[in-house]
Amino acid sequence: MLSTRLASLRRMQFLRSWEAILFVLFLITLFYNSARAPAYLTVENQINVFYLYAEKIIVALIMTFIIINGEIDLSVSSVMGLAAGVLGRLIELGYPGELALAAALVTGLLCGLWNGLWIAYGRLSSLIVTLAGMIMFRGLVWVLVEDRSITTFPDWINNMGQRPILGPFPLSLLIFFFLLIIAYIVLQHSAFGRYVYVIGNNREVARFSGVKVETVKLVLFIASGLISALAGVLYTARLGAMRASTAEGFELEIITMVLLGGVNIFGGSGTLLGVLLSILLILNLRNGMSLSNITLQQQTGVIGALLIFSVLVPNLATRVRAELNRRRFARLAAEQAALAERKEVKAETK
Amino acid sequence: MKFITRILRPEQVRELVTLFLIVIIVLGFGTLLTDYYTGRTFVRVSTSIAIIAVVAMAQTLVAITRNIDLSLGAIVGFCAFFLGVQLSYHHEIGPVPAALIAIAIGTAMGMINGLIIAYGRVPAIITTIGTMAIYRTAIVLYSAPEGGIVSAHRLPMWARQFASWSIFKVGDLDFRVMVGIAIAVVILIQLMLTYLPYGRRLYAIGSNPEAARIAGFPAQRIVFIAYLIGGALAGLGGYLFLLQYGNLMVLAGVGLEFDAVAAAVVGGVNIFGGTGTAIGAFLGATLIGTLDYSLRRWPAISEFWRNAILGLLILLAVATDSAIMARLRLIWARAAAARTAEMAEAKARSMPQA
Repeated sequence: MLSTRLASLRRMQFLRSWEAILFVLFLITLFYNSARAPAYLTVENQINVFYLYAEKIIVALIMTFIIINGEIDLSVSSVMGLAAGVLGRLIELGYPGELALAAALVTGLLCGLWNGLWIAYGRLSSLIVTLAGMIMFRGLVWVLVEDRSITTFPDWINNMGQRPILGPFPLSLLIFFFLLIIAYIVLQHSAFGRYVYVIGNNREVARFSGVKVETVKLVLFIASGLISALAGVLYTARLGAMRASTAEGFELEIITMVLLGGVNIFGGSGTLLGVLLSILLILNLRNGMSLSNITLQQQTGVIGALLIFSVLVPNLATRVRAELNRRRFARLAAEQAALAERKEVKAETK
Repeated sequence: MKFITRILRPEQVRELVTLFLIVIIVLGFGTLLTDYYTGRTFVRVSTSIAIIAVVAMAQTLVAITRNIDLSLGAIVGFCAFFLGVQLSYHHEIGPVPAALIAIAIGTAMGMINGLIIAYGRVPAIITTIGTMAIYRTAIVLYSAPEGGIVSAHRLPMWARQFASWSIFKVGDLDFRVMVGIAIAVVILIQLMLTYLPYGRRLYAIGSNPEAARIAGFPAQRIVFIAYLIGGALAGLGGYLFLLQYGNLMVLAGVGLEFDAVAAAVVGGVNIFGGTGTAIGAFLGATLIGTLDYSLRRWPAISEFWRNAILGLLILLAVATDSAIMARLRLIWARAAAARTAEMAEAKARSMPQA
């Protein structure tokens, strides 16, 4: 009992230090960037930094839940695209924007339901189910939009995506902050949040403890579909256009944001604070690299390396520490043995 | 039915089912389309499968050990690009040295994956997401002086013609060298998995890592070598990719790793590890490739349905595997135990009484 308490305390301490490292890196990036570009620390610029990634960070919030739960959702980018496709196609066919919007969100919900049923009740691997979903939903976008691009959206949709709504903040950022608060309350301060963690730690233990594992997983994937659809709509509104390849490849960056935030890929641990810090770090890193004329693809390479090191370095550090401890203990044990022998010899010669 | 489930191993049953589905698809589309049973169909389908089959072998090896490799497409792309640039400037490189160069580069990239995953203990998904990004960036950086493209007309003559070289021709039926290479790779990997101790160890650490650890298997080295071989295969895939397409852009090979996973999964490889055969993955690639080509030729369905149908196919494959394979395995294990007990009894009876 005490040993597990100590173990979890140690884990919490380590996690807190992960967030501390992220925070330090974030500050370093911030200082470096503001030294190179005087206008960097203005509210305007910071909002701009977020604004370009608003849709991805919204999805990162629900992805955090899913990964903590021990699953993964590779289909988020395709759901974004499909929602955009439904929105665009219905508007193209002349339906009112509100209806198209609602239909897009319902599409996301249905996609999430599809994923969730196979994963929660079919007990299939979420990697494969969402991989299949990624391919399938993207395929449906191609069927809807073919190789056209849809660029005529009603003004109110364009304004929703491109104009600031509250002070300098655009709608997408407001939605992000709103969802962030809800996510925090649900994850850290509600029974549902505890269930998410427990299931991620050990699905069977959770089941035997009375947690309705299937319901939780189903809810999470439905939420993922719905939020991805919302993100897809916001993305389309921001760009004012969509095509079949809209949002292709986003899932990897979203997953990187979550994993870099200290969330364990196998589930059971991780915090929203960590994910938030990792988002801040990644966004400002990218912005700084853009200022140095590093291309988007090169930036992705840097982020990829950061992701690997973020897990590799602690692993190696733990191993080095364990090895040093082992040697110290071995030395101590040898000294103790030598001391005991000398005492014996003294006792004999007496 | 009893014969099938009791004598044949479940993996073989699964392979036969995949083969059966391929036959059904071919027969079905043969009635729907004209000019289907031609040599042209065979050539088109077989060459489109060749590259995916080789990459699927790489994915199968690591999948059996409960890992995954999402960087395979990037390795294929980089090797193809690297080789393309080298060939553009050094026309004296022949087909065999070129293959060796590609395989060497691929092995190096696979080695990086292996080191981080096996010895750095970083989970495979995280590592290969990261290395995929890094390798893609490497392609962009390497190709920048070339303007980001490789042009077919600057390649040596043999490289431009390689895709049309045949091993043998029977009338209209053309068995291309590319296809022969792919099939040879599949057979080699299948033999390795079935008969070499290393291959059996892959299954061991995939189906029960704890038991394998207690039994003393050097799990790190086994997984490391799996990624090495995977990288080598991806390098070979890059070689074939360059020779088939000739003109390359930086996006070369994007998505191949997912196609490889699809082929493996449809062919019966379990992403949770421990089960699956190389032949199965190859049949999976063939199934997908045949379906792909046939749908494209069928005017009733627009080609844009391709991915939607593929996704559904993957899902159905995993769902039926999950529902049926465990039961098949139970039936076969009981039958095998009964057979062994019978043999032991017969032996005991035939021995003189002590």
